[in-house]
Amino acid sequence: MAHNAVGRPQASFQRTERSLMQRLSNDRNWLGAAFMVPAAVILIMFLAYPLGKGVWLSFTDAKIGRDGVFIGLENYEWLSDDKIFWLSVFNTLFYTVIASVIKFLVGLYLALLLNEKLPFKSLIRSIVLIPFVVPTVLSAIAFWWIYDSQFSIISWSLKNMGLITENIDFLGNPDNARLSLIFANIWRGVPFIAITLLAGLQTVSPSLYEAATLDGATRWQNFRFVTFPLLTPIIAVVMTFSVLFTFTDFQLVWAMTRGGPVNATHLMATLGYQRAILAGNLGEGAAISTAMIPFLLFAIMVSWFGLQRRKWQQGGSDE
Amino acid sequence: MTTLNRRNLLKGAGAVGAMSATGLLDFAKAWAQTMKWKPEANATLNVLRWKRFVQAEDDQFMKIVAAFSQATGVKMNISSESFDDMQPKASVAANTGQGPDIAWGLHSLPHLFPEKCLEVGDVADYLGKKYGGWFPAPEATCKAKGKWIAIPTAVNGGYINYRISSIKKAGFSTFPDKTDSFLELCKAMKANNTPAGFALGHASGDGNAWIHWLLWSHGSYLVDDKEKIIINSPETVKALEYAKKLTDTFIPGCASWNDSSNNKAFLAGDLHLTANGISIYVGAKADKALNPIAEDMDHARFPVGPIGKPQELQLTFPMLAFKYTKVPNAAKAFMAFVLEAENYNPWLEAAGGYLSHPLMSYDTNPVWTKDPKNAVFKDAARNTLPASGIGPVNEKAAAAIADFLMLDMVANYCTGREDIKGAIAIAERQAKRIYR
Repeated sequence: MAHNAVGRPQASFQRTERSLMQRLSNDRNWLGAAFMVPAAVILIMFLAYPLGKGVWLSFTDAKIGRDGVFIGLENYEWLSDDKIFWLSVFNTLFYTVIASVIKFLVGLYLALLLNEKLPFKSLIRSIVLIPFVVPTVLSAIAFWWIYDSQFSIISWSLKNMGLITENIDFLGNPDNARLSLIFANIWRGVPFIAITLLAGLQTVSPSLYEAATLDGATRWQNFRFVTFPLLTPIIAVVMTFSVLFTFTDFQLVWAMTRGGPVNATHLMATLGYQRAILAGNLGEGAAISTAMIPFLLFAIMVSWFGLQRRKWQQGGSDE
Repeated sequence: MTTLNRRNLLKGAGAVGAMSATGLLDFAKAWAQTMKWKPEANATLNVLRWKRFVQAEDDQFMKIVAAFSQATGVKMNISSESFDDMQPKASVAANTGQGPDIAWGLHSLPHLFPEKCLEVGDVADYLGKKYGGWFPAPEATCKAKGKWIAIPTAVNGGYINYRISSIKKAGFSTFPDKTDSFLELCKAMKANNTPAGFALGHASGDGNAWIHWLLWSHGSYLVDDKEKIIINSPETVKALEYAKKLTDTFIPGCASWNDSSNNKAFLAGDLHLTANGISIYVGAKADKALNPIAEDMDHARFPVGPIGKPQELQLTFPMLAFKYTKVPNAAKAFMAFVLEAENYNPWLEAAGGYLSHPLMSYDTNPVWTKDPKNAVFKDAARNTLPASGIGPVNEKAAAAIADFLMLDMVANYCTGREDIKGAIAIAERQAKRIYR
C-alpha cells in the first residue's frame, strides 16, 4: 500500500515531465531556440565578448599587466590628432582599395581562363591555389628576401641584364615599400578569388549561353549580360571576404617591414599591435582596432547592398 | 623547447664532467647544500629566454641549467623566443597570469609590468655584495621605485664594427673618436665605394642603439629626470642635422633594415662600417670562408659628440620572475646560481664578447684580454645609460623605445619625409601621448 502510495505520485510526475518534454519537442519556437543555443554560445564567447571587451578597453587606460580605469574618449581624442594614426588609416585604405581591385580583376580573369577547356585542367587549378596554401609568414619571408636591399634576386637579375646599375630599394623607399607589399598581398590573395569565382562560374547553366548566342550575343555580351549578373552574388561574398582580409592584414606587413620605413607601411592592425603589445598601451591599441570597425562595416554594406540588391536573385522579380 | 629529463641530465652531467676536473656539477652540489633559497618540493621551473645568437653561449648556459637541475632536483624547461617575440610573449604571460616562471628578455621589459614581477632584492644584494657591486645602468634598468624587480644577467654591447683596410684607404690610421672626424671618415668611405650603414628601419636592437648614441651625444634627450618632455630643443636640431649628413653617406636600403640586415651585408663584403654586437666578428671567425673579413675587421667605441662625454645605449638582458610563479624560491635560487663566478665566468667566456658583465668583479674575465678585438665590449655595462637616457626608467620610457619614437624621428628627417620641425613635432606629440 505504502509502496503504491509512493509509486503513484512518482508515475504521475513522470507523466507530466514526459508531456512537458513532448510539448517542448513539438514546439517549433522552443526547438528553434534550443538548437541555436550552441551556436549562440560560441558566437558570444569567441566573437561578441572579445569584440565588446576590445571596445571597452578602448575607453580605458589599460596597460599590460594592469587593469585600466574608464577615461571616456581620451584615447580617441589623442588619436584624432595623431599624424601616425592618420597615416596608418591612409595606408590601410590605400592598401585595401588597390589590392582588392587588382585581386578582383586578376582573379576574375583567371577564373574565366580556368573555366575554359584546358589540358591538365585540374592540375593547373591546383597549382593556382599554391600561394593561398603556403603559410602567410613563409611567403612573407620569401618576399622579404626577394625585396632585400642588398640581395634581391630581382635587382640582381636586372643588374646582370644591364638594365639597372644600383639595387632597387624595394622596402626602404616609402612608395616602393607600399607597392611591394601590395604586390605580395595580391600574389597571395588572387587564388582565393579565382577559385571561388570559378565555382560560381560552373553553376551558370550552359543553356543560357546557347540561348544568348542564338540571339546573336557576342562573347563580351555573353559575359556582360549572362555571366556577370549571375556571378554577382558570389562576387559580393568573395569581395566582402577579400576586403575584410586585406583591411585587417597583419602578418605580411609585420614579417616584412614592421610598419617601416618611417611608418609608411603601418596598417591600423600593425600600429594597434605595436602600441598595445609592444609598447604596452592596451587601451590605445584597442582604440585603433575599434576605429577599424566603421570602415569594415562600410565595406560590408557596400558589398551587400551594392551587389545583392536584385530581387530576382532572391526569388522576387526585378522591376 | 628543451626539456630536461633524466636522460638529458645524464648527458648534461657528462658534458659538465668533461669540462673540468672539479666540474660545474661538484660546484652545483656544494652550492645547493648552502644555498639561501631552498627550492619548493618537486619544483618545475619554466624559463623563457631570448634566442641565442652565439651557439657556444647557449651550450654553456645549458650546462649551467643541467648542473642546477641535478644539484637541486628542480626540473627545468628552457624555451626560447627571438628578440622581437620575447616581449609580446612575456607581456601576455604577465597579463594572463599564466606561462613561464622566469622571463629573460631585453631592455626595460620588467618596466612594462613592474607590478607583476617578483621582488628579487635579496638575490641582487647577495650577488652585488659578493661580486663588487652592480654597474649603475643595469641596476636602474632592473629597479622600480627602489625595489629590484629583475636581475641584470648581462649586457649586450653594440659598438662600431669596421673594416680596417677600408678606414686606412679613407685616410684614417686609427678610428676617429669625435663625431666630426667620424662624419669625414664616412664621407671618404662612401667616395671609395666602401660605404657605412646603420639600421634605420624598426630594428629594436641595432636601430635604437645607434640613434640614441647620435641624439644623446648631441645632448638631445626625450625627457629630463622629472619626466618633462625636452625633445624639442636646439640640441635635437643639431643632432638631426648631423644625422642627415651621416645617413647621406650610407649604403642604400638602410631605411628597411632590421636587426639582421647589417650582419648579412657586412659579411657579404658590401658594408664596411656599421653598429652591431660582436656577432659579426664571431660569425666571421667561425666560418673559414669569412676568416679574411674577421682578420680585416675591428671594433671601436662610438665617437664622442658635442657634449664631450661618451653616450651609449646598450642592450641589458634582465631576468625576471613573475609574481604568479608557484616556485619563487627555485626561481631566485636559479637567478643567483647563474651569476655565481664558477658558472658565470665560463659562460661569459663562451659568449666570446657577445655578453658583457653587469657585476664589477667580472672585469678580470679572460675573454676581455685574450683577443684585443673583444676589448671594446668589456665596458658595455659600465658605459651605457639606461634605455630612458637621463629620465627615470619606467614603463613610459619602455613604451617610447618599443614605439620607435626616437628612431622614427631620425628616420623621418633623414629619409626626407618630414623637415626638422615636422620630425621633432611628431616625436614630441608621441612623447606627450606616452607621458600623459
